[in-house]
Order: sequence, then C-alpha cells, then structure tokens
Amino acid sequence: MIDQIQHAWTWLHSDAASAVLIFTTIKILLITVPLILCVAFFTLWERKVIGWMQVRKGPTYIGKGILQPFADVFKLLFKELIIPSEANRVLFYLAPLLALVPAFAAWSVIPFDAQVVLSNSNAGLLFLLAMTSMGVYGIILAGWASNSKYAFLGAMRAAAQMVSYEIAMGFSIVGVLIAAGSLNLTRIVEAQAGNGGMFEWFWLPLLPLFVIYFISGVAETNRAPFDVSEGESEIVAGFHVEYAGSAFALFFLAEYANMILICFLASILFLGGWLSPFPESWGLVGTAGWWWLLLKANFFAFLYLWFRATFPRYRYDQIMRLGWKVFIPITIVWVLVTGIMVYCGWLLPGE
Amino acid sequence: MTLPLILFYAFGAILIGSALAVVTARNSVHAALWLVLTFFTSACIWLLLHAEFLAIVLVLVYVGAVMVLFLFVVMMLDVKVAPLREGFVRHLPVGLLVAGVMLAEMLGLIGFGKLNEGGALVDAAAAQGLSNTEWLGRTLFSDYILPFEIAAVILTVAIIAAVALTLRHRPNVRSQDPSAQAAVRSQDRIRIVEIASANKETP
Repeated sequence: MIDQIQHAWTWLHSDAASAVLIFTTIKILLITVPLILCVAFFTLWERKVIGWMQVRKGPTYIGKGILQPFADVFKLLFKELIIPSEANRVLFYLAPLLALVPAFAAWSVIPFDAQVVLSNSNAGLLFLLAMTSMGVYGIILAGWASNSKYAFLGAMRAAAQMVSYEIAMGFSIVGVLIAAGSLNLTRIVEAQAGNGGMFEWFWLPLLPLFVIYFISGVAETNRAPFDVSEGESEIVAGFHVEYAGSAFALFFLAEYANMILICFLASILFLGGWLSPFPESWGLVGTAGWWWLLLKANFFAFLYLWFRATFPRYRYDQIMRLGWKVFIPITIVWVLVTGIMVYCGWLLPGE
Repeated sequence: MTLPLILFYAFGAILIGSALAVVTARNSVHAALWLVLTFFTSACIWLLLHAEFLAIVLVLVYVGAVMVLFLFVVMMLDVKVAPLREGFVRHLPVGLLVAGVMLAEMLGLIGFGKLNEGGALVDAAAAQGLSNTEWLGRTLFSDYILPFEIAAVILTVAIIAAVALTLRHRPNVRSQDPSAQAAVRSQDRIRIVEIASANKETP
C-alpha cells in the first residue's frame, strides 16, 4: 500500500528523490515503532511468565500490570545519568549507541510477508551476520570505558562468548544457504514453500543446525542460561553495572531487539517464515500470511523466557566447551551432510 | 557532481582521517577503534562500487571478528604509549620508504590494468546479468576452484600449526573433565547405608 502512495506522490510532485527519502523514513518508522512497543510488552510478558512459572503473579498494580513497561520506561528516562569520575566520557556515551544501532539496522532486511520488506537485498543474510557481529562493540566498550573491574570482566566474557558462538551460528546459516540456494531472505522462505505444509520447511532436513542456531542465538544475545556477562551473582551486573537512566535503557532496548531478531530469524530460516504449517489445499488455515511469522516468533520468544525460568547459569568454561568442542564440529559435519543431500538430489536447492 | 561522487569524496576523507588517527592516537584502545572506522569506511566505498559481497564480508570478518579480538588484547595489556612514541621520528624514514614503494606498486598495477583494458574496467557481474554475490560464488567455485582450495588448505595448516605451537601437555595440572562431570550419577557421590537401630534399653 505504501508503494502505491509513493507512486502517487512521485506523480503529483514530479520529484522522485524526495519521495524516496520521505517514504523510506515512514517505512523505517513503521518497523522501529512497533519493534520498540514489542520490546516494552516483551519485558512485561517475561515478568508475567516467569512469575507464573514460580507460582507468583508478576506485576499487577499499574493498569492491572499492563502499563508496567511504560512506568519502567518513564522511570528510566527521568533518572539522572551518572558517570564514574575516572570513566572515558566519549566512549561511555558512545557505547549504548553502538549497541543499539546494529540491533536496529539488522531489521532492515527482515521480510514480514511476501512483498513486505524494507530492503530486499541479495546479500541479506550476510548483512544480518555482519550487523549482529557488530553489536559486541557496544558491550566491550561499555565495559572498558566504565573503568570498573566488574564491568570489564563482564565485557571480556561477552566478547569471548559472542565471537565463539558466531562461528557455530555462521555454519548453521551456511547449511540454510546450501538448502535454499540464495542469500536473499525472501527467497529462502519461498524455497520452503510446497504442498507438504510444515514438512517442507528446513527444520526437518537441517534439524541439528536448527537446534544449534537457536541455542547459539540465545548465547549470542547473552541471555540465560548463557548470561555470564551479566552474571548477577558473580559480577553485579556485568558490562552495564555503571550505567543508569536512559543509557541503561538503551542497552536494555538493544538486548531485547536482538532477542526478537533471533526469534524472527529462526522462524524465517528454519520454520518457513510467513508460510502456513498446513497444506495450501486446506483453505483458510493453509493461507500464508504475516500472522504465521508472528506466531512462530512468539513461540521462540516464549522459549527464551522458559529457558530463563528453568536452567541454571552455565559455568564459564563449559560455555566455551559447548561452543567450540560440541557445536562447531556438529555444524561442520551437518553442512557436509546437507551438501551430500543436495548432490544426491534428496534436497533440491531453491524448491 | 553526482551523489555517488560526493559520497565517495566524503568516505575518502573519513577514511584518510581515521587512518591518520590510528597512528597518531595516544591511547591504544582509541587507535584500535579508529582502525574499526577505517575498515567500515572502506566497506562503504566498496558498496558504492556495487561490490556488496566484499563490503559485507569486510565488515563481518575484520570489524566483527578480527578487531574484536584485537580490542580484547589491547584492553587486557597495559600498553604504555610514551615509550612506543619515542621511536616515531627514528622509524619515520623507513615508514615513508615502505609507503612510497607501496604507492609506486599500486600506481603501476592500476596503470598496467588501464593500458591492458584500454579504457574503463568492465563489471563482469553486470555483464552476465548476475548479482555481485552470485557471480563471485560461481567464479570462485568453478574457474578458480584450485587456487581457492589451496588458499583454504594453507589457512587450515596455519591454524593447526598455531594450535600445535601453543599446545603443551603439562603433567601434574589439576584440570576438570567436563564429560566425566556431566556423566556423574548420584550413586557415585552418595551412598546410603542401612544401619540397624540400636537396641532399645528400658530406662
């Protein structure tokens, strides 16, 4: 619909450049504003779900609990920004921005439906990998610029962990590439379409890669049970221990935007994105649409919360062992297996 | 001036400025960050040239992985900058010489290419109607498969050599065996012993 309005605007004002600028900005806002709202309600849902799992009620007071995230946001925004006296001021302010920008930039190539995508890039998947790998700068700079032992320890842990799990994540994406025959996210979803419904999706032939991708995603976003970089019981709050007010809110926003991004990506790469789990011949339930993508992403988001309420934190050396000695060998072997499957014709790339 | 040309000059200016800042920064962490900006700006220039695969891989590999490890090391080491800077003037002539030779080589290569092609370079990907990423993949894995595989083998050998050089089996080190820890059963740690209760004595 926006494209049609843009065409009309271009025709009315006979100025294509300004139309591109205005309408791209509108599209960006149409992605980021709902994303920020999603983050707000995701925090509420997290507190509620973990509360129920621990036989509590969670937040109940402000607007019966529903308006709790807004209360939190206003509290954070009105708080004073405190800077440690020995901190590196420029990098201390720059770090939250460096964490937030890649987290939001990655959303530009996410397709929400067959034609609904901000940038239908041919190297979309590579762009995503590049953006998520840049998020670590915000964390290590925050740790270093704070000039605090705990923040620095958290930053070191986060950097080592994210660099290690990126490799396993990259290899599981290579498997998807071989199976789909494209780096374009829209075409990856289209490659999973077929008459078999959910049995045509990549989760079945690439099951080990699917599991490893999501677990690496949890480790990459530094969430429980891989949250040693925050590690409340050991190093207070890790890399953002010295941050207060809105600077802390930016870190919070970046972390949750990254989590939702991993949920969307897992749905797009392995669970057929906006495709319906039922065959197309089943009528209404077999129709593809964005609601399926949201449903799948919601499932993964719930897994995040479930993990947090269930598993104890990994010991640091075991995180490293899991990443390097378990995940990377399995992914390398399964990339080979995928190649053989494609070579033998059991899995047709792009179909 | 068209928009790409303006952008090229802007990126070029940022690139040169940040590259100069790498060598003049007083703080080694700041120098590493300027180097990150240098890599990122050169990726932007490559994007202007429609080399999107190379640009994104540059960001992915150098900005996302290599420089993170670089920063990791620089932050951990307490590098004193002052002694390093003392040698700056002394090493300047050598540095200038190396830079001059590199400039001459680059000019020679570009000039040679221009003479050979006889005009503007042709975009091979656009000529075949493929995207840059797809063309690069096809060319690497068909025409240049042997050099590509040789490069891969050399890199693997380098990794194994680096691991072999640093791997030392020291005796008498108390280390944990995670698989043994994970495989432990409750019977190994706790033993429930039946003890007959003592005879009750009448008070």
